[in-house]
Amino acid sequence: MSEIAAGTLFVLSLIVALALVHRPLGDYMYRVYTTPRHNRAERVAYRLLGVRADAEQSWGVYARGLLAFSLVSVLVVYGIQRLQDKLPLSLGMEPVTDHIAWNTAISFVTNTNWQAYSGESTMGHLTQMTALAVQNFVSAAVGMAVAIALVRGFSRRRSATIGNFWVDLVRGTLRILLPIAFAGALVLVAGGLIQNFSGVHEVTTLTGGTQSITGGPVASQEVIKELGTNGGGFYNANSAHPFENASTWTNWFEIFLILLIPFALPRTFGKMVGQVRQGHAILAVMGVLALGGVVLTNVFELSGNATVPQAVGAAMEGKEVRFGVSTSATFAAATTLTSTGAVNSFHDSYTPFGGMMPLVNMMLGEVAPGGAGAGLYGMLILAVITVFVAGLMVGRTPEYLGKKIGAREIKLASMYFLVTPILVLVGTAFAMGSAEQRASMLNTGPHGLSEVLYAFTSASSNNGSAFAGLTVNTPWYDVALGLCMVLGRFLPIILVLALAGSLAAQSPVPEGAGTLPTHRPQFVGLVVGVTVILVALTFLPALALGPIAEGLS
Amino acid sequence: MSTPVLDKPSAAKGSGRVGGGLLDPRQLATSLPDAVKKLNPVTLYRNPVMFIVEVGAVFTTVLAVLDPSFFAWAIVAWLWLTVLFANLAEAVAEGRGKAQAATLRKARTDTRARKLQDPADPGRWEAVRAPELRQGDYVIVEAGEVVPGDGDVVDGIASVDESAITGESAPVIRESGGDRSAVTGGTKVLSDRIIVKITQKPGESFIDRMIALVEGSNRQKTPNEIALNILLAALTVIFLVATVSMQPLAIYSKLVNPGVPDSLALDGNGVTGVVLVSLLVCLIPTTIGALLSAIGIAGMDRLVQRNVLAMSGRAVEAAGDVSTLLLDKTGTITLGNRQAAGFVPVEGVSEAELAEAAQLSSLADETPEGRSIVVFAKQRHGLRERGPGEPAHAEWVPFTAQTRMSGVNLDGREIRKGAATSVMTWVRESGGHGTDEVRRLVDEISAAGGTPLVVAEKGRVLGVIHLKDVVKQGMRERFDEMRRMGIRTVMITGDNPLTAKAIADEAGVDDFLAEATPEDKLALIKKEQEGGRLVAMTGDGTNDAPALAQSDVGVAMNTGTSAAKEAGNMVDLDSDPTKLIEIVEIGKQLLITRGALTTFSIANDLAKYFAIIPAMFAAVYPGLDALNVMRLAGPQSAILSAVIFNALVIVALIPLALRGVRYRPSSAAKLLSRNLYVYGLGGIIAPFIGIKLIDLLVQFLPGMS
Repeated sequence: MSEIAAGTLFVLSLIVALALVHRPLGDYMYRVYTTPRHNRAERVAYRLLGVRADAEQSWGVYARGLLAFSLVSVLVVYGIQRLQDKLPLSLGMEPVTDHIAWNTAISFVTNTNWQAYSGESTMGHLTQMTALAVQNFVSAAVGMAVAIALVRGFSRRRSATIGNFWVDLVRGTLRILLPIAFAGALVLVAGGLIQNFSGVHEVTTLTGGTQSITGGPVASQEVIKELGTNGGGFYNANSAHPFENASTWTNWFEIFLILLIPFALPRTFGKMVGQVRQGHAILAVMGVLALGGVVLTNVFELSGNATVPQAVGAAMEGKEVRFGVSTSATFAAATTLTSTGAVNSFHDSYTPFGGMMPLVNMMLGEVAPGGAGAGLYGMLILAVITVFVAGLMVGRTPEYLGKKIGAREIKLASMYFLVTPILVLVGTAFAMGSAEQRASMLNTGPHGLSEVLYAFTSASSNNGSAFAGLTVNTPWYDVALGLCMVLGRFLPIILVLALAGSLAAQSPVPEGAGTLPTHRPQFVGLVVGVTVILVALTFLPALALGPIAEGLS
Repeated sequence: MSTPVLDKPSAAKGSGRVGGGLLDPRQLATSLPDAVKKLNPVTLYRNPVMFIVEVGAVFTTVLAVLDPSFFAWAIVAWLWLTVLFANLAEAVAEGRGKAQAATLRKARTDTRARKLQDPADPGRWEAVRAPELRQGDYVIVEAGEVVPGDGDVVDGIASVDESAITGESAPVIRESGGDRSAVTGGTKVLSDRIIVKITQKPGESFIDRMIALVEGSNRQKTPNEIALNILLAALTVIFLVATVSMQPLAIYSKLVNPGVPDSLALDGNGVTGVVLVSLLVCLIPTTIGALLSAIGIAGMDRLVQRNVLAMSGRAVEAAGDVSTLLLDKTGTITLGNRQAAGFVPVEGVSEAELAEAAQLSSLADETPEGRSIVVFAKQRHGLRERGPGEPAHAEWVPFTAQTRMSGVNLDGREIRKGAATSVMTWVRESGGHGTDEVRRLVDEISAAGGTPLVVAEKGRVLGVIHLKDVVKQGMRERFDEMRRMGIRTVMITGDNPLTAKAIADEAGVDDFLAEATPEDKLALIKKEQEGGRLVAMTGDGTNDAPALAQSDVGVAMNTGTSAAKEAGNMVDLDSDPTKLIEIVEIGKQLLITRGALTTFSIANDLAKYFAIIPAMFAAVYPGLDALNVMRLAGPQSAILSAVIFNALVIVALIPLALRGVRYRPSSAAKLLSRNLYVYGLGGIIAPFIGIKLIDLLVQFLPGMS
C-alpha cells in the first residue's frame, strides 16, 4: 500500500471510530455532569475535601475554588520535585532544580505539559506518579469543568449559579477520566507498552557502548497523557519512544485517545442546551478545521518540499521508521489541534510548511477540537464572537442559544481571544529582541525564529509540544514560558467563568424566524471563517518571517 | 381611540422599503469644516479606532519631517485623510439634522405668555416670558398667538396649526378633556381661545428635545453600539500587538541577511515607522470604526424623516429586536368606519331591488356608514349617485336615538333602514310581519363580525345590508412579511370576541385580544416580556400610558395626551399607527448596516496582508514575493495603494452608512446569506481589485518602486 493510501486509511478509520464513539460518550458525560446523585467514592472525596456537594456556586465562587485548587496543585507538584531524593522510588535522582521544578509544576497544572527536562533522567517514579500523573487527571478535569460551567451558562435561565466546581472536578476525574484511562492502559499494555516499577537498566548496545534504559509505569501514564490532552511524556522522546508508543496501531490508538473527549464534548453541550443540533454544528466546525489541519500537514510532509527530503525521497528526518511520514504528520496535527503536545516525531525537522501547520493549529486557539474542555469553551467563545458580528446582519441585537450577547458578554469574549495572541507575540518579540535569548536557538534565520515562535505559541496555548531545537531549560525561558502557561490558562478560564455567570443570569429570548440559526452549514462556515481570519491572521506577519519565508525560499 | 388615518401611499413601496435620503455631494463640502474640527483628539478619543489612526498620523508626520521622502509624505497625507474622512462621515450625518433643527429653533423664539393667576378667572393675567413658565402654571392663548409651552388644554376648544412640528399644514382641533387635550409649545392657535396647563419643565420642552435629537448633540451610544465598540477596540489592540511585536522579528531577519540593502520599508532598525503605522492602520477595522457613529445618527435621522422622534437610541435598537407587535384594530388594521360590504335580500326580493331601496334610504345619510352604502350601490349595482335635492319631493326621515332608523318617504313609498329590532318593530306596526329568515340573516352577519342593517319598505322586509369593518389594503401582506421576520402581530380591540376573530382572520394577524381594557393590554405586554419577548405598541390615550411605558418600543401618537407622549419612547408626529411596522424595519436596518460594515471591514484585512507583507519583507526573503498575488509594482507602491484604498473605502461607504443596507423582510437565514455574500465575500474580493487598480496609477508616482 502506498504511503498516501495508508495515511488516508489511517485518518478515515480514526474518523469512523470517533464518529461511533462521540455520541455514547457525549451522552454519558451529559449524565455525569447533570445527575443530582453522588456515588460512594465521590461522597468520600467531598468529605475529604470538606465541601458541600449540593451547594451551587456563583461564577466567582466557582473560579475561586478552581484557582485555589490549582495553586495548591502547583505547590504540591513543586514540593514533590524538590524533595524527591528524600522520598521513596526516587531511583537515585537528584532534587529537580528550582526553575525547572517551577516550570514543570506550572506546566502540568495548566494542562500544558511543556517539558523543560528529560523525564527518564530527572523524575523518579513517585514524582511521575503522584505529582505528574495526578495532574494529568485533574488538570484535564478542571478544563472539562470550565467547559461544562460555560454550557450551564447557556442552558440555565435566570440563575445566579453555574454549578459546583468540586463536584465537576471529582466527577470528571472519577467517572470519566479514570474508567477510560483504566481500560485504555490495558489496551496499551496489550499493544506492547511497559508497566513496571523497575529502575535503570544498563545495557550494552550492538556497537559496544552502554545505554541506561529506565523502566516504569509507562502505560498508565501514557493513556492519561493522551486522554487528558496533556502530552507530558514519561520519556524525553515522548511518543516516539517505543516504550511509550510501540507500533502503528498503538499510534492510532493514542491519537484516538487524544481526540476522544474533545470531540465528544460538543454532544454533551448539545444535550445540555437541549438542542443536539447545536452540538452538531460546533462539532462540524471542529471537524472542518481539524480535517483541514490534518490534510494540510500530510500534504506538506508527503510532498516533501525541501532540499533534503527531495534528495532522499521522503521527509523522514526526525520521524520514526515504524510510523512513517503520514501517520507522524497525522499525530503532529492531532496533538496540536488539541492541547496535547505529545509528539511522536520532531516538528523541528518537518518541511517548512509541514512544520508551520502544528504552529497554525495551535494559533487557531486550539479549538479544533482543542484540549479536554478547553477546546469546547474556546470554540464557544468563537461562536459568540461570530454570532455578534453575523447576528447583527440579520437585524437583531445578537443572541446565541437565546442569550443576548451584549456589552458585558462581548467584553469578556474579546478579552479571551486577546490573551493568547498577546502572550505569544509579546513573548516571541522579547526573546527575538535579545541576543542572549536568541543564543538558545539551534538554527539561525527563519527556522530559528520558528523555534522561538513555536515555544511561545505552545506554552501560551497550553499545548506543551516543542519544536525542538530551542534550548529552553535556561532560567529566562523557564520563567517566561511558565508565565505564558499560567496566564494562558487561567486568564481565559476566569473570563469564561465570568461569561458563564453573565449568561446564566439572563432569561433566554425565544427562538423565532428572525433569530439567527446557529445550527446550519451557513453558521458552521461562518465560525470557520471567523476563526481563520480573526485568529490565525493575527499571526501572519510573524509566520511570514518564520516558516513562510523558509518555505518560499 | 386614535384618529383614523387613511392608508397613505407609503413613501417607499416596493424595492428596499426603508429608503432614505441620498447623499448630496454638496453636503460633503459643507460638512468639511466640522470634519476638521473633529480632528481634535479631546473629542476623537471616544472613537478608539480612529484615535489610533490619528496618533499614527501624528507619529508619521514627525518621522516624515525628520526624514523626508515623497513616499513618507504621501503616506502621511493619506493617513490624515483617513481620519478626516471618518470625521466627514459623522459630520455629514449630523449635518442632515441641522437644517431641521434650524426650523425648529425658529418655532422656539422667545414668545410671551399670558399667565393666569387663577384658571377660573381668564380676565386676570400677567405677561411673562415663555422660558419663565413652570410646571403647573396656567396660560391663556387666543387666536393668532403661539402656545408658549407644552401642556394640556383645561378649558376651551381651538384649532391649532402644528405645522412647525409635524410639517402638516392642516390645522388640528385641541380641546379640554379626552385624548386630544395636549398642545405643544411653538404651535399656533388659529381660532378661539384655550386655557393651557403647562406640563413641561423649563428648557425641556418637546421642541427642545426634538432639536437635541435631530442634531444628535447629546447622542448617547446605544447598548449594541457600545458592545461593537468593545469588539473593535479589542481588534485594534490585537493588531497593535501584532504589528509592534513584529519589529524585533524584522530586525532579526534583517540582521541575519546582512547583504540586503536598506529600503524605505525595512532597514537595520526594522520596519520603518511609516510602514509600520501603515500596516497597523490597514489592519485595524477603520472602515466600521469610521462609519459607526454615522450609522447611528443616520438611523435616528431616518426615523425623523418619517416624522418619528425616538427619545432614545436604545428604543431604535430595541425596535429591531421586537418579536411581538400590538396593533390597535381601529385606525391601524381597519379603516376605522364600518362600510357596506354586501346586500343580502330575503327570498322573493332581488338584490337590485334591495340595493335601490338601500341607496334611496341613505341618500341623505351623511354618516360614513350611510355614504358607504351609496358608494357600494354605485360600485356594485351601477346605481347613479344622486345630488342634493334629488329626487324631488322626497321627505327624509333622519336618524334619532329613539327610532334608531332613518329613511325616506317618496312618492308614497316609505323606506326605512336601521337596527334589526327597530326596523322589525316598524314593519309589524305598519301591518307586516317579520320572518325567521330575516332573523337568520341578521344572526349570520353578526356571527361573521359584521353589523347588520335591515332595510324595509312599508309592511315588508327587503333584506339586510352587511356593514363591516374594512381592513386596510395591503395589511395581510404586511403581516405575512412580519411573520417571515419572526414577528408576531396581536390585534387589540374593544370588540366582542366574535367580531374580533372575524377581523383578525381577514387581516391575517397572528392573535387578537378582544374586549380589551387598558389593564388587559398591560397584562398582555407583561406576559410576552416574561417569555423574553420584546413588545412594541402604539397608543395615544392617557389610559395607554402604563402600557406604553411597559412596552419596549412605545410609540405615542402626536395627537395623544401628554401623559401618553411622556410614557412612550417614540412620538409619531403623523399619528399614523401603521408606522410601527416601518419603525421595526428601520431598527433592523440599523443593526444590519453595522454588522455588514463590520464584516466588510474585517474581511478587507486579507487583501491588505497580501499587499503589505511581501512589500515589507520580500527584500530580505525574496521568496515572500510569491505572496504578492496582486503583482503590485513595488513595495512603496503596494503600501501606499493599501493605505489609499483603506481611506477611499470610507468615503465610498458613507452613502451606504447614511442610507442603510437595503432591507427586505425575510427570514434570518436568508438575510444572513445575502449579506454575507455581499459584504463578507465582497469584503474579501473588493480590496484585491481596489488595491490593484490604485497601484496601477500610484506606481507612476516618483519613488514608488
